[in-house]
Amino acid sequence: MDAVRRRKFINGFILVLSTLAALFGLMWLFWILGTLLYKGLGSLSLEVFIGNPPAPGDNTGGLKHAIVGQTLIVLIATLIGIPVGILAGTYLSEYGGNSRVANFIRDLSDVVMSVPSIVVGTFIYAIMVKPAGHFMGIAGSVSLAIMMIPIILRTTDDMLRMVPPELREAAYALGATKFKVIKDVVYRAAITGIVTGVILSVARIGGETAPLLFTSFNNNFFTLNIFQPMASLTVTMYDYAMSPYKYWQQLAWAAAIILTFGVLGANIIGRVIAHYKFKK
Amino acid sequence: MAFVIEPKEPVKIVVDHLKFYYGDHQVLKDISFKVPEKKVTALIGPSGCGKTTLLRCFNRMHDLYPGNRYEGRILLDGENILDPNYDVIRLRIRVGMVFQKPTAFPMSIFDNVAYGLRLQGLKNKTELADRVEKALKDAALWDEVKDKLNKPATALSGGQQQRLCIARAIAVEPEVLLFDEPTSALDPISTAKIEELVVSFRDKLTVIIVTHNMQQAARVSDYTAFMYMGELIEFNRTEDLFVKPKEKLTEDYITGRFG
Amino acid sequence: MARSRGFWADWTFGKVAALSAFLVVAILVALAVVLYGESKLAIDTFGVWKFITSKVWNPPMNKFGGAPAIFGTIVSTIISILIAVPVAIGIAIFLTEIAPHPLRTPVGVAIELLAAIPSIIYGMWGLFFFAPFMRDYLQPVIHATLGKLPLIGHWFQGYTPGIGLLTASIVLSIMILPYTAAISRDSFKMVPDVLKESAYALGATKWDVMKDVVIPYAKLGVVGGIILSLGRALGETMAVTFVMGNQPVIPHSLLEPATSITVTLANEFTEADTDLYLSSLFYLAFILFVMSFLVIAIGKFVFLKRVER
Repeated sequence: MDAVRRRKFINGFILVLSTLAALFGLMWLFWILGTLLYKGLGSLSLEVFIGNPPAPGDNTGGLKHAIVGQTLIVLIATLIGIPVGILAGTYLSEYGGNSRVANFIRDLSDVVMSVPSIVVGTFIYAIMVKPAGHFMGIAGSVSLAIMMIPIILRTTDDMLRMVPPELREAAYALGATKFKVIKDVVYRAAITGIVTGVILSVARIGGETAPLLFTSFNNNFFTLNIFQPMASLTVTMYDYAMSPYKYWQQLAWAAAIILTFGVLGANIIGRVIAHYKFKK
Repeated sequence: MAFVIEPKEPVKIVVDHLKFYYGDHQVLKDISFKVPEKKVTALIGPSGCGKTTLLRCFNRMHDLYPGNRYEGRILLDGENILDPNYDVIRLRIRVGMVFQKPTAFPMSIFDNVAYGLRLQGLKNKTELADRVEKALKDAALWDEVKDKLNKPATALSGGQQQRLCIARAIAVEPEVLLFDEPTSALDPISTAKIEELVVSFRDKLTVIIVTHNMQQAARVSDYTAFMYMGELIEFNRTEDLFVKPKEKLTEDYITGRFG
Repeated sequence: MARSRGFWADWTFGKVAALSAFLVVAILVALAVVLYGESKLAIDTFGVWKFITSKVWNPPMNKFGGAPAIFGTIVSTIISILIAVPVAIGIAIFLTEIAPHPLRTPVGVAIELLAAIPSIIYGMWGLFFFAPFMRDYLQPVIHATLGKLPLIGHWFQGYTPGIGLLTASIVLSIMILPYTAAISRDSFKMVPDVLKESAYALGATKWDVMKDVVIPYAKLGVVGGIILSLGRALGETMAVTFVMGNQPVIPHSLLEPATSITVTLANEFTEADTDLYLSSLFYLAFILFVMSFLVIAIGKFVFLKRVER
């Protein structure tokens, strides 16, 4: 029976060790979160949201240009990503099924999902920025869309495949065409899941900086022209944080907290929808 | 109103005013009876009657999940196993369990059977090999697996895996063996083999078996407890319970008038 | 012949859906082809082996060697994985078996949300908080401990302003920690309860169940997850750019400033003033693409595929 006592001792030892590991890991993460909240909330003011970009050395000014730019870039990325991602997912689930072609596309899509984001940026630089001769907001949107499509494809594919086949058969039995069955029955049954996937993909790409560095670049002026360089919260953060000016660094923290709230907000909304959808 | 007899044989386990709660929900309502030593006792009743919940009290499996609470006592050889200070690890070495579905571990056939022995600190290779062989023979599986002891256990068929789980449970020579509907996932031939095993354990160890199949209870057990909605309705010798039930509810159930 | 009503809508929809799916394939092919095409000038000028092994990265002299950046990428990835994996598995064990039940879901969700925080936040924290902490507190400790070791001691010596390869690796490890912990936990959670129960029923302790049942059962999934984390660390830009130092050298000590492929790209891409310079940067991007492709392919198709079956 000594073995039992020994096992219990080892058990207790490992449990303490893994608890310590967990606390150690969580400590760093909460340090970062605490810093972000402390520096970020301290930097927020109305001026941050509505002020024009600050001049070097200036102590006034805000992030209006970057907030609007970020929203515009992500919005256009989403507008490109949603139809392509959903249609591609639909193809895999409804037309491809378990065929080798469909599975091959699924695998490749997973690979695209894991391409380093900065590499996507260089790719878009080569095919859009270089020919155009200048950076532009839309190029940033395309970079983000490329990262978004595989995510939406994956969730759409998964969600559509969860729709029971009997539902489709019932619609076919009424003489509906495939398009009608997909549009009126399959999409309707899977809509919550697809929406969740879209929201989570926005959360995932919304905080990306690297694909924007060489595409939408940055702009020290407010613009709505997507064919011109455009400021984003992330690239602005990068530039301001690296700058020697205290006020710019403060704005970088303000941008950090706005971005984090936006990304986490989208993430939480997606999770809440998924939670209620799949609890039933 | 329950009819509960006192077994003639020596008593292994005494269930004494046992109540069990999942959170606020009371699942077992004041159950008392005595489990005879080295006999097979069956627990029957419609689904949701609490028979599996009762079975899982005997090795305190409920301790793994939060919000579960026991009241009353279960005495194993006179010691209350529900005492919070009672060592559950040692309890589970004495009280083995076989589950509804086969649960082969992700290791070889040999290592599966040797697992419990190794947990108890048995390291001697020849002794391990002997005990594994004996357990596999007692589980009527030896002839089928003796040439592939190092193969992964998951390569066996469902019925073989279930007998492997029985071998694993008896290898540590428990005093009590719990079966939780051990044949519900198996075909009739595998079921018959498992039933033969259960019968062969009579006179060697105390067996408690939960089953939803009344014929099975009649075939394999010496005593039967009929439960309904968390209460013990009747506990009697198996032939008496099935031939001349004392309670109206029991009679309705075994004649198929409900459930 | 008359087509039935809705035929053309049906036909068009099917074709557009197919086109969208093949667009994903086209993106991947285009990525490879374009990156190769843009790197062509540098590949022709420096070759493959010579570029990978050359330590000289000197834009004014138009001399470009990839060794410092590749070295930094590989070393920072390995160090970050070495730090993050044990801690992440500790967190995963804690969350699946140890933490009191009411804590499991909130802590689990917190970890997943931390994984969703943009990596640039980690980089900024690294620059403003961790680098000074490294300089003032960790560096002396490292000098006094790891720096005294025989053979590898010189990797942990030298005085720096807190910015360097090791700082970047640690920030990177903190960034991938929640991701690695979340996928390890998901793998552990896939182990059926009844399998764990049958080990408990034999008198196993929590640790026995972890090491004998849960870890063997979830092994492939965890290894696959670690490889995916590795892929993530490999291509991460913003968490390291702030604190790497951007020195195109192979440092003598891990404490010294260095660079990596992503850091070089982030810092120099928009400043490249000659065709050869830009092409060399594309070459680095191409190498990173190939490295991450290999890592992902191994992780997904060697390990995770077997889990699904």
